[in-house]
Amino acid sequence: MKAADEQEHAVSTTQPLPGQQSAPAGQPPAGENLLEVSGLRKHFPIRHGIVFQRQIGAVHAVDGVDFTVGAGRTLGLVGESGCGKSTTGRLVTRLLEPTAGTVVFDGEDITHTPVTRMKEARRNLQMIFQDPYSSLNPRHTVGTIVETPMRLGGINPPQGHKRRAQELLETVGLNPEHYNRYPNEFSGGQRQRIGIARALALRPKLIVADEPVSALDVSIQAQIVNLLQDLQREFGIAFVFIAHDLAVVRHFCERVAVMYLGKIVEIADRQTLYTRPRHPYTHALLSAVPEADPDGIRRRERIRLAGDVPSPVDPPSGCRFRTRCWKARERCVTEEPPLVRLGGSPAGHLTACHFPEEPTIEAREEDIVLDPAVTGREETAAGTA
Amino acid sequence: MLRYLVRRLLAAAMILLVITAITFVIFYALPSNPALLACGKTCSPSRLTEIRHSLGLDQSFLTQFWEFFKGLFAGRDYGDQSVRVHCGAPCLGLSFQTDTPVLTTLLGDFPADLSLGLGAAVVFLVLGVGLGMLAAVRRGRAADKAAVGLALVGVSVQIYFIGLLLLFLFVDKWQILPASGYTPFTQDPSAWFQGLLLPWATLVIVYLAMYTRLTRSSMLEVFAEDYMRTARAKGLPAGKVVLKHGLRAAITPIITIFGMDVGSLIGGSAVITESVFGINGIGKLAVDSVQNSDLPVILGTTLFAATFVVLANVVVDVVYGLVDPRVRLA
Amino acid sequence: MSLQTSPRPADLTPAPSPFLDVRDLRVHFPTEDGVVKSVDGVSFTLEKGSTLGIVGESGSGKSVTSLALLGLHKGTRAQVSGEIWLEGRELVALPEHEMRGLRGRTVSMIFQDPLSALHPYFTVGAQIAEAYRVHHKVSKKEARDRAVEMLKRVGIPQPERRAKDYPHQFSGGMRQRAMIAMALVCDPELLIADEPTTALDVTVQAQILDLIRDLQEEFGSAVILITHDLGVVADIADDILVMYGGRRIEYGSVRDVLKRPEHPYTWGLLESMPHITGDVDRRLNPIAGSPPSLINPPGGCAFHPRCTFKGWVPEGRCAVDRPELLAVAGPGKHLAACHLTPETKNEIRGRRAAQ
Repeated sequence: MKAADEQEHAVSTTQPLPGQQSAPAGQPPAGENLLEVSGLRKHFPIRHGIVFQRQIGAVHAVDGVDFTVGAGRTLGLVGESGCGKSTTGRLVTRLLEPTAGTVVFDGEDITHTPVTRMKEARRNLQMIFQDPYSSLNPRHTVGTIVETPMRLGGINPPQGHKRRAQELLETVGLNPEHYNRYPNEFSGGQRQRIGIARALALRPKLIVADEPVSALDVSIQAQIVNLLQDLQREFGIAFVFIAHDLAVVRHFCERVAVMYLGKIVEIADRQTLYTRPRHPYTHALLSAVPEADPDGIRRRERIRLAGDVPSPVDPPSGCRFRTRCWKARERCVTEEPPLVRLGGSPAGHLTACHFPEEPTIEAREEDIVLDPAVTGREETAAGTA
Repeated sequence: MLRYLVRRLLAAAMILLVITAITFVIFYALPSNPALLACGKTCSPSRLTEIRHSLGLDQSFLTQFWEFFKGLFAGRDYGDQSVRVHCGAPCLGLSFQTDTPVLTTLLGDFPADLSLGLGAAVVFLVLGVGLGMLAAVRRGRAADKAAVGLALVGVSVQIYFIGLLLLFLFVDKWQILPASGYTPFTQDPSAWFQGLLLPWATLVIVYLAMYTRLTRSSMLEVFAEDYMRTARAKGLPAGKVVLKHGLRAAITPIITIFGMDVGSLIGGSAVITESVFGINGIGKLAVDSVQNSDLPVILGTTLFAATFVVLANVVVDVVYGLVDPRVRLA
Repeated sequence: MSLQTSPRPADLTPAPSPFLDVRDLRVHFPTEDGVVKSVDGVSFTLEKGSTLGIVGESGSGKSVTSLALLGLHKGTRAQVSGEIWLEGRELVALPEHEMRGLRGRTVSMIFQDPLSALHPYFTVGAQIAEAYRVHHKVSKKEARDRAVEMLKRVGIPQPERRAKDYPHQFSGGMRQRAMIAMALVCDPELLIADEPTTALDVTVQAQILDLIRDLQEEFGSAVILITHDLGVVADIADDILVMYGGRRIEYGSVRDVLKRPEHPYTWGLLESMPHITGDVDRRLNPIAGSPPSLINPPGGCAFHPRCTFKGWVPEGRCAVDRPELLAVAGPGKHLAACHLTPETKNEIRGRRAAQ
């Protein structure tokens, strides 16, 4: 109830990111990849036993993921629970150790560099977390929280830590006078702003944002999305934006990758992915998004999958989506579809499917409803009629 | 479930093995001379050597440990041809004082602890959980405050005080009960009961407090769970919501503490109660053996108590598995 | 029952009495800091076979309203006033033991997080059977068969086997199906679903919404869907009630509220939502500030501190007078609580369309 005064939501576009006055803001040199991820895998072993633990399996959280992010560009990772999007984010920021694959950041292979020795990369690579309640230490003041990365990184801004922290607070739309307050005095949206100020403290080149708005109310969500968008454009920060909300991702990211059970099943620029998707799973996902438009529902295709995502402990052979796919055939069981550009797809649009869909999300002649509970009733109704 | 049980038992055996080793190391490292103690007042150097030999104290540490360990499973013979004492498996050694196998003494004292511990435990569990539930249901009202206040008094008083007060009132002043002490149940059930009534009461007063508080807080935590709201939303009567849905979940942390308490109580931890009421139990045996530096008995009582605590843990784990399917099916 | 103290809003004409008629419902919680007015004068009606979506952000009072309908505030510190008429019976004053007879049978509820709403120590089948046996004198066997039948109906494969499983052995979507089976086992006439899909993945959410709609058609019950997601109500509801700070601010058919919203808060909600179709570069238009305090709500219109358009209302009325929920022009019953005149709103709409 004692949340500090809410600040104006929009970030001032005239105010430069503190300390970055000399750096060229805006567009970075084109064609250079800031982040290159290839063959990235993370298997979490499942162990069993009392004294001598033996491995009885592994959660295939991320199972061979490749993507690149150009300097100042935005990539979205979307998918449902268990698809590995969050794990991917943690692998990129080296909060987790990859099982295989490489992560090259700013020309430096950081795949196995111990976190303590990657000062330079650490500074340029920051993360924003989902839960603004648990990711801020409740015993530290906002000032301490925002200053910590500077102190750890050995950065001494000319104006001093405190002044710099206050400038950062102002940049994210908080009152600089809140410097001495504690996180519990702030609302969810304001806490997320504190988390953003902390991520900005070292003037990073890339921010991995893991579900940064999913814990927030709709109206607050938009405030944070706009703030991130302003910062991204203003300071040319590249983003890997991880979210389950397809609409938010579409809004924020130029390029979007759809993940399913540890793999990217489709990747394209947003316009293509949201209007001309080829992978059946992308179609199903888009069709499932509820839209606040009573007319739009009828214009879009209707696809209802059955059941939930299978366990990543023992993912299906061949194509991982085949167990829920209405087009699955023998080939999908035996042969894993490669992530490639299909005939009829524009450059940069890659799809991993043997039997891709037509590139449209318009309503079909017949809905695809695989849920037995819904189709079953219609059958019995017809039977008794 | 069977696999779960086997796993727990194996783990318990490992823990006991480690405890045995640690206890033995401490025993070995103590700066006392058991042979001198066993030798008595008139002791000649040759006699001392003899005793050292017969106790195996002239051997290396590892040999001694191995002999002790072997004795646990295969039994052991002490002394020489002239005085030969057999100590059957599981052999915990011979008392320096009495030259009888430690286990025999322990088993002789055990029924007293079993009666005292189990009897009191049943009462304080039932009463404690009952009072705790009442306090939780009537949270903030008179019944809750009374139960919490009572619990506080129970926690604060000492066994010495309660025990002696009870003895004074019931035995000396009003003479309702005979002087307390332990009579085996098989000998005279009525005397067994009357003799244990006050020790039970003392333990109950002391333990009840903790169980009341524990149940109350556990219950209040469960009341805040979503599934309790679901149970009410189904239209279940309030009593059934509390007893079936609430207690079932709230009881789990209580089981853990209860298992530990019972294990240590029957393993001889009710020393003070035993001594206040003059019961010859394992606790008293342990205290006496410490006073006499009777090291095999110290070792024996320690291991005995540890065994019960570890076994109680296994029982707790199994009960846990029975109560919580998430444990059983994990 | 006593007459309402506040002037009777236009939608409360008691005409042929509706199936559910909530009148001036208030739920207040006394705390050390003051009285939290979670629900402060909410009224709506609902007919059998139709669905009402109650929309609002956290703290808007939507969930507290639903608990009041089930009488779950009885026996707590909450002070409930107003009237809830269900088929001619008033529920606010109904004694607990009579309310209990309605819970789960006439009115039942689906909760948000099925993992925490189902008891971890009992099998799914047993929990559903229990819900049936509370209200029906049947043997355990019969109740169990009924539970299996319900599990089958909500689309759980191998229902006989799965009935013996515990909630943690179900996937998220399957758990919510089981929860629905439990809520429907006694054929309730009113089903309340409180954020039933918020904890679920989007493809599973779509399945569950379809299932609820499908079951409603089959059982003909009335449904109240509580959600923060305007997309979800658009998909399933007939009417929408938008709540803010424990009060109604807009009420009408889905089409009216979403296509021609009348309240600046509803405008704000719609404009702060990103979409999967349409202009990619459209900038989101968030509502500034945070939700109001429920202990010391802002005077006048609770939304006025966050409202961009309060300047259009003369003499600072928004901060002083609380606007009544009044009918707006046009066919159908569309109500909004805002001081902006229709002419001003049209002008605002015109300007925004021009932008």
